[in-house]
Amino acid sequence: MNNKHILVIFPHPDDESFGTSGTISKFRAEGVPVTYLCGTLGEMGRNMGNPVFANRETLYTYRKKELAEAAKELDIDVELLGYRDKTLEFEPLDELAQHLKERILAYGATTIITHYPGYAVHPDHDALGAAVVKAVELIEPGKRPEVWMHAITNNHEDELGEPDFIFDIEPYWERKEAAIRAHLSQVDGMMNLIENHEQTSKQIQRLKREQFYRLTLSS
Amino acid sequence: MEAIDQSAVQEKINHFANKDVYIHLETTNGAYASHFDETAYNVGAFIRNAKVNYQHGKIVSTGGSYRVGLKLDIGWVYAEGVSDFEIDEKDRLLLAGHDREGRLMVALEISEEPFTHEAEEHE
Ligand SMILES: [Zn+2]
Repeated sequence: MNNKHILVIFPHPDDESFGTSGTISKFRAEGVPVTYLCGTLGEMGRNMGNPVFANRETLYTYRKKELAEAAKELDIDVELLGYRDKTLEFEPLDELAQHLKERILAYGATTIITHYPGYAVHPDHDALGAAVVKAVELIEPGKRPEVWMHAITNNHEDELGEPDFIFDIEPYWERKEAAIRAHLSQVDGMMNLIENHEQTSKQIQRLKREQFYRLTLSS
Repeated sequence: MEAIDQSAVQEKINHFANKDVYIHLETTNGAYASHFDETAYNVGAFIRNAKVNYQHGKIVSTGGSYRVGLKLDIGWVYAEGVSDFEIDEKDRLLLAGHDREGRLMVALEISEEPFTHEAEEHE
């Protein structure tokens, strides 16, 4: 189908690379445009690089550059939504949803990838995922994009069952690794893990499998 | 940031005393603590741009890291575990403590101008 446009909506620079960069690469390989709506600049991140090179006041400048670099690796566009890290759950849900609805319609999104609210561990992930669901509910039924939700909690498969989409992203692994590596201030631990562990280790297998649940709305 | 120079930090604390200043105070063990370890607790607190005027303050060595206390007219500002400092180009005093992996555990920052608080200000 022509006119496809994927919107990835997550709160932090690096969420796109860890959770979905294989799937993003797959879409890009098929020629489908992908835009990342990034909620915050991750200003309140705990990782400052290892060895430390950022501080609380300079962290966002690095994360902004890192995101631009990852976006270049993945060949996607980025729009910053301008919220502040750690505070999304305290913003009025209706206003957040209205803002997102406007952006979704402006891009003519056909598929949205976001976090599965309630199953995404970080409060910003849950809050933005919930706002995306609400935004899509505000759109006329015939005109709604599909919503694919990414769950992170350890026990999510017990509660939610098999995901609706499971991608083996092995063919795009190098892309994904490069995208993750771009987030230098954040990924030291993860890169050690990738370099030091057997390629078959559990966590690597996890990174090579990207899976999503499809949102079903009753009306 | 670099390892705290106690006298340089004390001098800066003295410089900000009896002035209206803005404080960023934070402690965190991250949003993923109980995700990676079921027995762990997620704890954290921050206050950004608290406007205070302190009478005097002191940095105390604990052998390895430092505690800082600032005495207000009707209270205190306190941080434990700071080990690194920087006086940045905006003349702000930035103090922080990091764990072995370089992750921030505690921060105390003092500035005569408010810290950025809206995303637009980043531009
Ligand atoms: Zn995140």
